[in-house]
Amino acid sequence: MIRSAKMLKVGESSGLSKWIAGIIVTFYALVTVMPLLWIVATSFKSPPDSISYPPQIVFEPTLEGYVNLFTERSRQTDEYIEKLGPPETWYEEIVRERNMVVTGPSRFAGRYWNSIFIGFGSTFLAVVLGTMAAYGFSRFKVPLKDDLLFFILSTRMMPPIAVAIPIYLMYRELGLSDTALGMIILYTAVNVSLAVWLLKGFVDEIPREYEDAALIDGYSRFQAFIKVVLPQMKAGIAATAIFCLIFAWNEYAFALLLTSGNAQTAPPFIPAIIGEGGLDWPAVSAGTTLFLLPIVIVTVVLRNQLLRGITFGAVRK
Amino acid sequence: MATIEIQNLCKTYGDFVAVRESSFTIQDGEFFVMLGPSGCGKTTTLRMIAGLEVPTAGHIHLGGEEITYSPGSQRNIAFVFQLFALYPHMSVQDNIGFPLKVQGVSRKERKNKVEEVARMLQIDHILKQGVGGLSSGDRQRVALGRALVRDAQAFLMDEPLGALDAEFRDLMCEELRLLHNRVGATTVYVTHDQVEAMSMADRICVMEKGEVLQIATPDEIYARPTSKFVGGFIGSPSMNFLPAQGGIDSGAKSLAVKGGEVAIPEMYQAITSDSAWIGARPEHITLSDQGALRGETVSVEYMGSRQLVVVDTECGRLRVRSDNHIPVKTGDNVGLDFDADALVVFDGHTEKAIDSALFGGTAHG
Repeated sequence: MIRSAKMLKVGESSGLSKWIAGIIVTFYALVTVMPLLWIVATSFKSPPDSISYPPQIVFEPTLEGYVNLFTERSRQTDEYIEKLGPPETWYEEIVRERNMVVTGPSRFAGRYWNSIFIGFGSTFLAVVLGTMAAYGFSRFKVPLKDDLLFFILSTRMMPPIAVAIPIYLMYRELGLSDTALGMIILYTAVNVSLAVWLLKGFVDEIPREYEDAALIDGYSRFQAFIKVVLPQMKAGIAATAIFCLIFAWNEYAFALLLTSGNAQTAPPFIPAIIGEGGLDWPAVSAGTTLFLLPIVIVTVVLRNQLLRGITFGAVRK
Repeated sequence: MATIEIQNLCKTYGDFVAVRESSFTIQDGEFFVMLGPSGCGKTTTLRMIAGLEVPTAGHIHLGGEEITYSPGSQRNIAFVFQLFALYPHMSVQDNIGFPLKVQGVSRKERKNKVEEVARMLQIDHILKQGVGGLSSGDRQRVALGRALVRDAQAFLMDEPLGALDAEFRDLMCEELRLLHNRVGATTVYVTHDQVEAMSMADRICVMEKGEVLQIATPDEIYARPTSKFVGGFIGSPSMNFLPAQGGIDSGAKSLAVKGGEVAIPEMYQAITSDSAWIGARPEHITLSDQGALRGETVSVEYMGSRQLVVVDTECGRLRVRSDNHIPVKTGDNVGLDFDADALVVFDGHTEKAIDSALFGGTAHG
């Protein structure tokens, strides 16, 4: 008791260090968040504002970047535009101010959907396979267990892109090039090793007694796994899922190499906007902003699970 | 309620023998404690009874029915774990009602049973709480509740008090025994704590290195250990062992030790091996000037009604529990007298007790 009282006193008197810590954290947050804020701001600027010097902090927001991102446009003469009559939609209006007309939707929506499908699909598969493998490795006698675990880990010892050419050739032979299935398999394969190792740590932390109790209380092994072990792995699964999703979501090199017309994801598409209509920074920023959203949402939704980590209320250690 | 019969039960993990040819019967309604140091095979035996481990050989019968290889869920037994294993994502009442839920008991009936058990354990006021914030004593009661709720044929407990603080342990020891008296269920209780075993058991089974050494009532095991290990493991402070030389003839009534001659119960059996041990509990040695053995006092511990005197003799260091009215202080040269009728003689090689008047011809030499 005396000791804890003492510690409390030390904590109280260190108001200054608290302030310093606060300032450092705030500064760090600013440094990290600045580029993101800049991207979001740029996505709402008009093209001239986006490249004006000195940079504009206060500007008139416009959705031009988003319109440009989602549409294909062509430049027309004033006479041609006048003949068309008044614009029918709000985005048509924005486009016409630049002497252009909308000729159709861009491929961004499709690319974005590919990203979601491939990213979440491969994350789901990696986590499901990883959870079951981790449980098996943690609980059962697996022949050559240590060697297998090392082998699984060793797949992460080189950068995945090192095997790009063999994979490219394999995929071409197997007809998996430029397919969503191919990309899901690839990202799952890369992620599953991470998932197994992360999740095995979490399963190891769960006392076997829970399953023993469930087995005696009348559950089968599989029921015990689903109903007793899984709920306690929530935090671990959430953390693992986020890691897997971030990898699959951000992956650029394989996507550039293996996909083109059909299964292309957003990462290789966004820089391609630059080439299409000159340096359209608002459109690029709009693409990037939308691209960031899912990860932000998922992280916010799962943040309680992430922060809580694993605490086993009922077990006294 | 049922008897549990264990026949020639074996469990090996590769070359390691966890349980070796155990056979014993646990009577209906008995509080049976399996005692031994960690790694002696007591928990493995319990887990085989529970169906959590598959025996390498042997048979287990529960209430006359062979259950050796049937899954734990079909055995109708309840298990209380050392770390309680309360499901952390469920409330107290869900935890207690869990076995019934799995068995498909209706919600209403479940509620009644849970409340009945909770009243018995005096935890009915915390039924709605989560298990995370409970004190260890309450967690223990919830774990017991989960076992009690299902009308099991036998209760198996694996060091259920091991995770409790010392003060709680005494309290729960008492509660457990009272509960057993009331419920009368066949109970198999595993512990490494001999005090727990002595205070609760109807019978104690002492195991070491996978072997059952002795099964007897607490007083029998205390007074007549059939092996040196049992003698040394049970009792605190533990039994003194005096090395003795030479063989022993049947009918011998005393044994030569270094620095003296100690009277022993009449031997019913001769041993030819060249060494033996005399086992003497601290209370079977008294300080006396005419004593058979002399030595120097190393320390004196005051223990209320008694004092524990540690004496260095030619036979090694001996602990004596003596009346505290005898004045003795560190450094004193004292004589020691032995309570001849209570001494146990062990074979120096097999470390088994030698049959004597103490055993009345019943020791398994």
